[in-house]
Amino acid sequence: MEREVVDVVIVGAGPAGITAAYTLAKAGKEVVVLERGDFPGSKNMFGGAIYAQPVAEIFPEFWKSAPVERNNVEHKYALLGDKDGTTISYRNGNHSEEGHYNSFTVIRAKWDRWCAEQAEAEGAFIVPETLVESLIIEDGRVVGVKTEQEEFYAKITIIADGVNSLLAKQAWNYPEIKPQNVALGIKEVISLPKEKINDRFNVDDKSGVIYTILGGPMQAMVGLGYVYTNLESVVVGLGVTLEDLTHSKTKPYELLNELKKHPVIEPLIEGGELLEYSAHLIPEGGYKAMPDLYKDGVMITGDAAMLVNNVHWEGTNLAMTSGKFAAQTAVQALDKEDYSANMLSLYKKKLDESFVMKDLKTYKDVIVTLEKNSKTFLGFYPEKINEFMNQFTSVDSIPKKKKYIQFVGDVLEQRSFALVSDGLKLANLAGGILLR
Amino acid sequence: MTTDEKKTIPQHIDDKLFTVKYKCDEETHLKPDQEDCKKCAEKPCTIVCPANVYEHDAAQNKLLVGFENCLECGACRIICPAGSLDWKYPKSGCGVTFKYG
Repeated sequence: MEREVVDVVIVGAGPAGITAAYTLAKAGKEVVVLERGDFPGSKNMFGGAIYAQPVAEIFPEFWKSAPVERNNVEHKYALLGDKDGTTISYRNGNHSEEGHYNSFTVIRAKWDRWCAEQAEAEGAFIVPETLVESLIIEDGRVVGVKTEQEEFYAKITIIADGVNSLLAKQAWNYPEIKPQNVALGIKEVISLPKEKINDRFNVDDKSGVIYTILGGPMQAMVGLGYVYTNLESVVVGLGVTLEDLTHSKTKPYELLNELKKHPVIEPLIEGGELLEYSAHLIPEGGYKAMPDLYKDGVMITGDAAMLVNNVHWEGTNLAMTSGKFAAQTAVQALDKEDYSANMLSLYKKKLDESFVMKDLKTYKDVIVTLEKNSKTFLGFYPEKINEFMNQFTSVDSIPKKKKYIQFVGDVLEQRSFALVSDGLKLANLAGGILLR
Repeated sequence: MTTDEKKTIPQHIDDKLFTVKYKCDEETHLKPDQEDCKKCAEKPCTIVCPANVYEHDAAQNKLLVGFENCLECGACRIICPAGSLDWKYPKSGCGVTFKYG
């Protein structure tokens, strides 16, 4: 019996897989998506926001019909001490206007399903509740995938099975991700009436606020916290590298509890009801930890390819963009009937020429520098900033000059010559970002 | 109002996990190598797991696995010092379903 071979089989109906399916189906190609969960998005979790511009390149004006929660008009950076915190806010009124939208909060389960519906409308075939167990490799070429029930043969296979990508490991035989190259993300979605959210965050029904949080319970750890506003819920979460989490000897949900109780955060969520607790890994290895992106008959996209910009917390749009490029490459390969690694190298070229790889390259040293200096840059300095703010804002009958001399003296005493090397490290990092 | 009265949001992991939807759970998809676990001093899986799946039973010197609560993140797989945890996804359509995510 001759085997049935579809044009493209995609493993995983997350943002990368669905975008690839949508792009391929739109180009008239035959595409099957296999998803292990109940529905597209059912196994997915992220912080909370998608960026408008790159997503609109795939789904133009998506905000008119997609289930978006709030349009983010303000970004706050909160530097937390034990019981205090310094927050810098940036609000941009232009971001409230169509054409200038920057990012939207979305609920993953709803958003991914909406994206999947767009792909299905173009003719993609999405099969839920189907776990792919392995790739089918013949003569070094990937020719399809094996599920629990059957085998799916395809001219091209696109791997979009997420951060744990057991399939990528099979195809590439690369070493396991290292604990310092992956963060555990956990979060809680907390229900609150929208009026309360509007009041607490100083926004209207349509607008939202993002908090990026440094320090607090994650002091001296390579980790960040966040707050996002949905229409009728607030999200509080954090991400910490597995390495630092292990060393902290603190369970992740206990860190989150502490963050929720922090005086800067607690008033934002007080009185809310927990709707859902969730967890996911975030690949943070960046440019240096990426696997090869293609082989004969196969391409790898999204989290499975470690395409996450850990500095800007961009993952979804990188995943979607990589799915789009993989699909565009597949369309050309199908037209030329050439599924070789040489042909599929076009996918890597597209990524290299785009913001995806350029940004990852720009930030390739940031995490390494932070890892090596986490106690200083994520512990000592944030603490000192809060200490300074405390001195500056407190009135306690101590002459101000005395306070400042004391503060500077303390910093000098505690860091002394290290101040110079800290400065050099930062300058070197900035130089790396701007010049290389 | 005291701080205790303000705590309307659950802090205990069991209460957090109560909000998560799970399906089918007859067979474990997480199989640690108990011999390796015995030799493992740190047992980091008991720290990093966000669902508190792993617990070390000192009396039996055995790693207990509450796989029903697994959020399928993969942290245990990566952190296992012996690299010997047999980690699979739950079967098709099984395991966790995030309603929000």
